[in-house]
Amino acid sequence: MHEDMIYMDNAATTRVEPAVVEAMLPYFTEKYAVASSQFSHSPGIEAREALEASRATIAKALGARQAEELVFTSGETESNNWALKGVARAFRGKKNHLIVSKIESRSVLDSAKALEKDGVRVTYLDVDGDGFANLDQLRESITDDTFLVSIQQANEEVGTIQDIDAIAEIVKERGALFHTDASQSFRKVPLNLSETPLDLVTITAHLIHGPKGVGALYVREGTSIAKWMHGGFMEFDMRGGVENVPGAVGFAKAVEMTVGPQIGYMSALRDQLIDGLLERIPKTELNGPRHRRLPNNVNASFHYAEGESTLLHLDMMGIAVVTGSACFSRSLEPSYVMMAMGKTHEIAHGSIRYSLSRYNTEQEVERVIEATAEVIETLRRISPLGKDEE
Amino acid sequence: MALPYSEKVIEHFKNPHNVGRLEDYDAKATEGSPACGDMVTLYLKVDDKTQTIEDVSFESYGCASNIATGSIITELAKGKTLDEARKISWKTAAEELGGLPAVKVHCSVLAVDTLRAAIKNYEEKHGLVEDKTETTPDVVIKRLRHVMNPLKGLDIVRTNLVKDVSVDNGRVTVRVDLPRDHQFASNIEHEIEERLEPLWDVSEVHVLFNEDV
Repeated sequence: MHEDMIYMDNAATTRVEPAVVEAMLPYFTEKYAVASSQFSHSPGIEAREALEASRATIAKALGARQAEELVFTSGETESNNWALKGVARAFRGKKNHLIVSKIESRSVLDSAKALEKDGVRVTYLDVDGDGFANLDQLRESITDDTFLVSIQQANEEVGTIQDIDAIAEIVKERGALFHTDASQSFRKVPLNLSETPLDLVTITAHLIHGPKGVGALYVREGTSIAKWMHGGFMEFDMRGGVENVPGAVGFAKAVEMTVGPQIGYMSALRDQLIDGLLERIPKTELNGPRHRRLPNNVNASFHYAEGESTLLHLDMMGIAVVTGSACFSRSLEPSYVMMAMGKTHEIAHGSIRYSLSRYNTEQEVERVIEATAEVIETLRRISPLGKDEE
Repeated sequence: MALPYSEKVIEHFKNPHNVGRLEDYDAKATEGSPACGDMVTLYLKVDDKTQTIEDVSFESYGCASNIATGSIITELAKGKTLDEARKISWKTAAEELGGLPAVKVHCSVLAVDTLRAAIKNYEEKHGLVEDKTETTPDVVIKRLRHVMNPLKGLDIVRTNLVKDVSVDNGRVTVRVDLPRDHQFASNIEHEIEERLEPLWDVSEVHVLFNEDV
């Protein structure tokens, strides 16, 4: 990436913190032994200690009662697949109903669809215009047959933060398990497992300036879930395979380096960007809620300007963002999140997501507002839309 | 860094030619819609003695490939007779632009179709069109040759995705050889509907996928 590039796609992935890389390096070249049993050779024990220390750091950050409740995986996609399919398998022949929201990540939705093909009944909860899950519908659809409810803590596209406590109350009253995908919100939005009765939580390292390819699934002690990877007794006999020690060490370091004040800093940049776009560019619509929004998410649609063209112009000006436009997606379909929120195709096609990190600055935000204003003006000039209203 | 577009596409995208509305145009056409993600309006000024395009302009709500195609075909059409201009195809446009990504061909086709629609609009206004013909399966297939298979960048007829076409009293049924949950199924369905619904004697369009049979 060019040095001058303004990177605002941090909901896709983030830059790895240099201190994280530094912490990981010895585990590739010096301390590279497999984390083995306590009766192993000393390099194996050293690796095991590093793995368990990392586990403890991350588990503590989540408010888990025991470090052993945290199982390392390869990331969000794997954790979500395991949560849904592992619990479905454990309840097979006993309970057969799953509830997810319509704006879950692809890994949750596609897992739900796969389970549906296997005969599981799935309810897809509606969301309102700001992306909040319909809790009345949750109350109505949950039954004694429901084995799992999976609702994300925050949405990657429009930043909506769900009321996890209210959802947990409804789910627990019915005795179902509750899973949340907290990949986008981990270390950005408070979540404390000693207070909220979640059974399963997905987290990932690469969205908090950690390495790609490592994440975890928190599994509350006593939760019914089937073993995920066969091939050894690793990860408490839940997930076979050689443990990713450097990844775990990097993940823990990234957690340590993600501290409270960064949230306030990002929120201020987010508000500066939202206010700037709305003030500077007429006919701009904020997608997602103004409050109860991820501290680093901005998503706006600019009427009469198509998203892919906006993205390409911004890219040529050194700014990296993404769009919900069909032209950008691999399926040529507009964003399903925007569609579930009841937005028109046009608003979805014109939506641009800016996702910030602690590395972004006020000056960058100012430049992005100016650049977007310029691009939108250019595109509106050549657009057949919107001119007759003036 | 490798953008998916050729330099020529980027050049026309950044500085499109012939953009805007003509003051006193003789014909105009719009294809696409904001809902489908691409929309083009095209204006023609025609010398009615020589049937030559004196001036042409376009407006686009669309992606880079759409804007660049609008720019290149208006450039190509200027000074041509209506008959010559009608022969400008998306292939000509794509070649002039140094190629287009397969998945973007449909955006480019839309711009070309708008030019043809504007020419037709001119001819209709000036009493130059033949009588309305009845919609037969052959007419439908001809139209389907404008619906792209985004996997190949070629139309769905040529890539054998169209398994069967029937016309019954204004009701057109097209059978497509794809599973309904295919990545592009819904996109192809929309495009087929958009192509066939404007036919004067068509009242309903049904697209069937593998599971529907």
